[in-house]
Amino acid sequence: MFGYAFFIDPSRCIGCQSCVQACAECETHRGTSMIHVDFLDRASSIATVPMVCMHCDDPTCAQVCPADAIKKGEDGVVHSSLKPRCIACSNCVLACPFGVPMVKLAIEQMTKCDMCYDRTSEGKRPMCATVCPSQALAYVRPEEIAAGRREVPTSVFGFGLQTVTTLVQYLVPAGSRSIQVEAVDIVDYLWEGDGQP
Amino acid sequence: MSQSGDPSAGDGQPVWREEFAIRTADERYVARRQFTKFMVLTSVGMFVGNLSILIKSWLWRRPQYAPQVVAGASELPVGGVKLFTYPTEKDRCILVRLAEDQFVAYSQKCTHLSCAVYFSAEAGRFECPCHEGFFRAADGAVLQGPPQRPLPRIVLEMAGDQLVATGVDLQEEG
Repeated sequence: MFGYAFFIDPSRCIGCQSCVQACAECETHRGTSMIHVDFLDRASSIATVPMVCMHCDDPTCAQVCPADAIKKGEDGVVHSSLKPRCIACSNCVLACPFGVPMVKLAIEQMTKCDMCYDRTSEGKRPMCATVCPSQALAYVRPEEIAAGRREVPTSVFGFGLQTVTTLVQYLVPAGSRSIQVEAVDIVDYLWEGDGQP
Repeated sequence: MSQSGDPSAGDGQPVWREEFAIRTADERYVARRQFTKFMVLTSVGMFVGNLSILIKSWLWRRPQYAPQVVAGASELPVGGVKLFTYPTEKDRCILVRLAEDQFVAYSQKCTHLSCAVYFSAEAGRFECPCHEGFFRAADGAVLQGPPQRPLPRIVLEMAGDQLVATGVDLQEEG
């Protein structure tokens, strides 16, 4: 839809999983949800955050694809892998900084959120944004967000040394300009030795 | 690979990325749908073009030729040849007096590759020197050689003692 943009406000998410269920009801991939709701720190908080594809300007999933199967359309939407090309190698799954792509081994293909391309390309809103009761996922005009929310949108994410800019915008507290994610050494994190990695 | 040994394209991307673009807008290979679209539009264009040619040929079925006096025909001896131009200055024609009262005129262009034909009086035929295409003097029909079509005949009429060219018969039916 021309003039509309996708916004995620994690502070509004109530963890109801409506978006996940709505995604799974779409007839193009019935029964399989392309998105998920994350618990941020389940041991100490009930905070949840919905995760849809951010549609990066320079999609890392496509950059690492050895089969040239992931394409970014002219409207900025990064699509699911092309069926004849995808080899289900999971490179994209490992590379995506947001953890969006999923490989379906039953069909040996990576599928991911494509902002409900079948709907948005003909003027409908994405499934998840239509059902979200708290509008943590919102597909609206940027003016509406500016008028109705305290948070401000950003599309700049820092992952260690990598800066990622995206089509989907995150709502952050006013005054913030980007989201900086701490780089975690995954090997260090998983280390189960004597505490001295 | 570029000659300088620089492995990257302009924007810091490797050279092979040009062949395998991430953005569909950057792809240089023609997609099947695009190719089909091109073929359909080209076919429609060809059809419309042919249709316009057909309609044009219906509307201007018979080209009109202005009558033109072939000067000096009466003093031509039997078996004599005279060159003239008809219907325009660039269309060279050849006039032959076969008998006292029989004149024939044809376009001088051989119907094979447009060499100028000449009249062979002893053989009684028009001969093209380029590829030995021969035409019958009486009606311009092909006798031998590579030409497939007879010589276009210039329609002649006697007006008093003057010979007048009044048209061009392409002789396509034969």
